[in-house]
Amino acid sequence: MDKIIELKNITKSFDGEVVLDNISLDIYDNEFITLLGPSGCGKTTTLRLIGGFETPDSGDVLFMGQRINDVPPHKRNVNTVFQRYALFPHLNVFENVAFPLRERKVPRDEIEQRVGEMLAMVALKGFEHRAVTSLSGGQQQRVAIARALVGRPRVLLLDEPLAALDLKLRKDMQQELKNIQKATGITFVFVTHDQEEALSMSDTIVVMSEGRIQQIGSSQDVYNEPKNAFVADFIGESNIVDGVMLADKSVSFSGHTFVCVDGGFAPNEPVDVVVRPEDVDIVPEDKGMLRGVVTSVTFMGVHYEVIVDIGGFKWMIQTTDFVDVDEHIGLFIEPDAIHIMKKSQYSGLYGDYASFSNEFDELSDAESEAAE
Amino acid sequence: MTKKSSRSSLVTGLAGGPYELWAVIFILVPLGFVAYYAFTDNNFRFTTANIARFFTDTSAAMGAGGETAMVRTYLVISWRSIKLALISTVVCLLLGYPLAYIISRAGARTQKTMMTLIMIPMWMNFLIRTYAWMTILQDTGILNNFLSALGLGRVHIIGTETAVIIGMVYDYLPYMILPLYSIMAKMDVKLIEAARDLGCAPAGVLRRVILPLSMPGVVNGITMVLIPSISTFYISQKLGDGMFFLLGDAIEGQYVANNLHFAAAIAFILMVALLAAMAVMRRLTDKYTYGGADR
Repeated sequence: MDKIIELKNITKSFDGEVVLDNISLDIYDNEFITLLGPSGCGKTTTLRLIGGFETPDSGDVLFMGQRINDVPPHKRNVNTVFQRYALFPHLNVFENVAFPLRERKVPRDEIEQRVGEMLAMVALKGFEHRAVTSLSGGQQQRVAIARALVGRPRVLLLDEPLAALDLKLRKDMQQELKNIQKATGITFVFVTHDQEEALSMSDTIVVMSEGRIQQIGSSQDVYNEPKNAFVADFIGESNIVDGVMLADKSVSFSGHTFVCVDGGFAPNEPVDVVVRPEDVDIVPEDKGMLRGVVTSVTFMGVHYEVIVDIGGFKWMIQTTDFVDVDEHIGLFIEPDAIHIMKKSQYSGLYGDYASFSNEFDELSDAESEAAE
Repeated sequence: MTKKSSRSSLVTGLAGGPYELWAVIFILVPLGFVAYYAFTDNNFRFTTANIARFFTDTSAAMGAGGETAMVRTYLVISWRSIKLALISTVVCLLLGYPLAYIISRAGARTQKTMMTLIMIPMWMNFLIRTYAWMTILQDTGILNNFLSALGLGRVHIIGTETAVIIGMVYDYLPYMILPLYSIMAKMDVKLIEAARDLGCAPAGVLRRVILPLSMPGVVNGITMVLIPSISTFYISQKLGDGMFFLLGDAIEGQYVANNLHFAAAIAFILMVALLAAMAVMRRLTDKYTYGGADR
């Protein structure tokens, strides 16, 4: 695969605040790559650098090997689907989609044909003469996608395009976007703060935090082999505990020595240990590697979410077996369910469910979105 | 109708009462009087003579070659008023549009400061503003002293159409900037970015996005400048040295001369013409605002 876009050592500040701190990233032709992170992590700024709406303070943006730092947006072979669609309210559906073609003075019948194809692709045939202001959110989204693709860009940038849609529609659009990407073969650079969306759509995920890239990898990589506590916590649910690597394939945490599959650490090196909630089995107390008391049980539909107090540290376990609050239980963890990470600046910040509640989680999500 | 809704409509009616009363006393009644006076003679008998006089009165005028000819007085004055008002409106639009755009894209504090600076002259009486322009534009005024100090010689502006236009543009420019600014400040920056993203150079963004989206502001600005400038008076007397008698001056002159019925007739004709012009403008706005779509 060929590199289509390269970001090299890019730094960007706004009003003295560093938004991107020396990031480097290669984007390959034909891939669906997602920039994932909480608000303020620099993902949107990265997208705007590629689109040409920002210029880096230092570092280079390369497009097919050529430096494009100072190339204005209208001369880049890159189009954007904006967060709130940014459709032109004075133009109807057809004219919105035809907008880039008219700018290029494409012949009339070719415009008719290409706009028709695009509208068919996003299932909006027959909507040509409707006012964009009369469309639903999902339909406006489709017009925005058709408008961004009609000019046949090499790269499509998508800035949280699904954030304004309700859950059901969002799921449908995820699948549809994925299909469009496969059908057109255009490189998609997708920005989101929704880890589930990132996992289900992407070939490559770039996890970002505080202006730095934390990890680049496939969905499976970043979920199963998170590089640090931030990634482990941001993607999915994680119990992250302090441990000590006794030797290769042997780690001690929570007062017990476990067999694991990782190695390559110094003897007795302090590490962060990640155990996913769905990888923990509940067993009778006397058969458990760890023992604890259930402090809360929440029914989630497919499973129960159980919070267990183990020596003062609260673990989250997802299980289909019912246990009751105040019950004493044992935990059993398979060697390949244990993932070892080097200590990082994020160690100790995440992975304890002591203050956990679903409402609180949603509340803080809503706040961070509103602040954006 | 249920009891509750009839009561609430009564409350709304009472709450709106003072405003309706105000509108009747200060807008409808005076307009009725204008029409009544326009169509009556000094003994308040119905007549169309005043209206007819507007179209038929003649007077001697000196042509460019020095020859005198008989012209229809009030049609000449009307044409002059319309011409000067149109020129002033176009100048206001050409000056105001870029200014409003620049202000709308500036930082919040700059926007506030700039708008205040634009509003401040409106706090002063327009007679004072007109006198200020006289002292600036006179043959021995500030402008000419400045030019001659620079060794550029003197220009004769006072008493020309240019002077009248300068005065009118100065007076009415804020009325052009305000509606333009208010619509541009509301414009989504993302639309401009989207146009850039889709291949428009800055000139294309202006032509294909900013201009069409600001059309309601353009129409409002034109309305707000054209109407007062077409009926303006005094500016022409002071800055035009009385050479450019306008419709406003004619109405004032007839009124001062106690020809109330003819003054009312001129005002009535002007009003009907302006209402017609406004109706056309509204049609145009409706057509060009979000007009790309069938609804």
